Amino acid sequence: MTETTEVPGRKPDGAWAHLLHVLRENPVTMLSFGMFAFFLLQAFFGALLVPHDPLATNAANALQPPNWTHWFGTDSLGRDVFSRVVVATRLDLTISVLAVAISFVIGSVLGAVAGYWGGWIDALLNRVLDTIMAFPLFVLAMGIVAALGNTIENIIYATALINIPFYARLVRAEVNIRREAGFALAARLSGNSHFRTLAFHIFPNALPPMMVQVSLNMGWAILNAAGLSFIGLGVRPPTPEWGIMVAEGANYIISGHWWVALFPGLWLMLAVFTFNLMGDGLRDIVDPRRRT
Amino acid sequence: MAGRARAIGMRLAQTVPVLIGVVIISFILTRALPGDPAVYFAGAMADEQSIQQVREALGLDKPLVAQFFLYVGDLAQGDLGRSISTGQPVLTDLAARLPASLELTLSALLLSCLIAIPLGVLAAVRQGSWIDHLCRVLVTAGVSLPTFFTGILLVYIFYYLLGWAPSPLGRLDFIYFEPPRVTGFYLIDSLLAGDLETFGATLRQLTLPTITLALFTLAPIARMTRAAMLQALSSDYIRTARAAGLSRGKILFGYGLRNALLPVVTTLGMVFSFVLGANVLVEKVFAWPGIGSYAVEALVASDYAAVQGFVLAMALLFVTLNLIIDLSYALIDPRIGFDTK
Repeated sequence: MTETTEVPGRKPDGAWAHLLHVLRENPVTMLSFGMFAFFLLQAFFGALLVPHDPLATNAANALQPPNWTHWFGTDSLGRDVFSRVVVATRLDLTISVLAVAISFVIGSVLGAVAGYWGGWIDALLNRVLDTIMAFPLFVLAMGIVAALGNTIENIIYATALINIPFYARLVRAEVNIRREAGFALAARLSGNSHFRTLAFHIFPNALPPMMVQVSLNMGWAILNAAGLSFIGLGVRPPTPEWGIMVAEGANYIISGHWWVALFPGLWLMLAVFTFNLMGDGLRDIVDPRRRT
Repeated sequence: MAGRARAIGMRLAQTVPVLIGVVIISFILTRALPGDPAVYFAGAMADEQSIQQVREALGLDKPLVAQFFLYVGDLAQGDLGRSISTGQPVLTDLAARLPASLELTLSALLLSCLIAIPLGVLAAVRQGSWIDHLCRVLVTAGVSLPTFFTGILLVYIFYYLLGWAPSPLGRLDFIYFEPPRVTGFYLIDSLLAGDLETFGATLRQLTLPTITLALFTLAPIARMTRAAMLQALSSDYIRTARAAGLSRGKILFGYGLRNALLPVVTTLGMVFSFVLGANVLVEKVFAWPGIGSYAVEALVASDYAAVQGFVLAMALLFVTLNLIIDLSYALIDPRIGFDTK
């Protein structure tokens, strides 16, 4: 994940200076990059760093409030909430990264083809995307997971599918306006094939707005996956995952055991918040005019 | 006037391909995916013989195209199949539970519009002030909040800690009787029956889930209002109105807000997509007996006819809502023709 190198511009120095300027101007963006690093650290090394086994149950130690041995307390089976929350980071990020990657690739290909060649392909793609968008997206994801079977892979496919329209439309628009641009025609004239022109001359122009979309989308993908597992789809109980941990904790909140649901929920919220802030920050870097 | 009628006719015609698409996707979800749909529809407890029965009943031994027309025929008669867990036709179940969901969704949207639109207007008018910053924080935090988590947090604070809210179990506390069913909306029905006590109890049950959903929808509406208001206020007609010496209130609300409302109404379409999804989660948290929790129960029980019926019903509801929004848009703004879309 090296967002910073995606900044466009012929002169790397200019882009670099602009990036530094934006970061200095906007400490919130800086903070979001820091928080992103914090989550990456947990995803890569969380399992090695946590003080307890996230799956080890201990009935004698159930529902302990936060204390020095169990920083976030223990759940109804005596498992350490802190360890589970940290270890869950990897699964939650994996689901959303994979889902976003799939929709990025498929959306790019579909959008680029439709935007470059137009015609019936374009019309067909638009109809299909309209139909997908005609469903409330979370509900469509529920239906897909129910139909395909209740597994983590299917959560990923469902999340990917409902995100494809956003990428496809973005790429289609970016490719379409540059189809007849001078540099594209020049590339064709100097003997590049349609495919080469599209893939190496036109498509890269769509990457900066795509990166913003990826970042904003990541937060939404995490929320979506956690929501699905909250209602009992995808992730199976002993596996630590934020959505399912909140669901387990929900049963104990009415009896005042707040920590079981609070900490996974807080982590989920922070992760989504990080991606949203980063998306806004990236937008400022990529396109200073659209700043609101 | 004839032009407007034509525009509305065009918009109605545009709905047809979308509806066909929705039915096709719903058919694909039901029948054409890997795995044996007969096993799904027969339920978890079915044996070999009942699976075979279901297969013949659904026409699954016929070719795919024939199956599609059978499916469409069933839909046309309102037949969405029978739910295994309740034993009722899915359509009956959905119709019985829809008012609960609509009551929750509509009151949440009303509440969030009541907060978000003034907030967006204030943020635009006093750009850079504390209210603008508050708006920005709320907008970013609002889209990051998992609805189910906010719901649980509110239950903990207002039910467990403060004791202000009733227990988060359904639409009405069990000591009250349901008001006689007229519209299915308890708030309206209890008022129609003149039963103020039940009305109050309904309102208390409704408050927390409504706030939860409203917090979620606040963000896009406030953001759009602010942006639209900023654009409206910087336009020529506002400058003219100022130069003509109109009062501040007249300029802000008569000219600025009325123009800014149009893009906000459009945003409501997107908000509906989110709110119908979030509804499922909120209904689960508050044990709200709407169609969302019906779908969740059906998912747990592997009751696929019910789940697919729910997905289709939600899509149809969403298409209808978008249609209503677009049509009302045409009525609000006489300049709108649909050919621009």
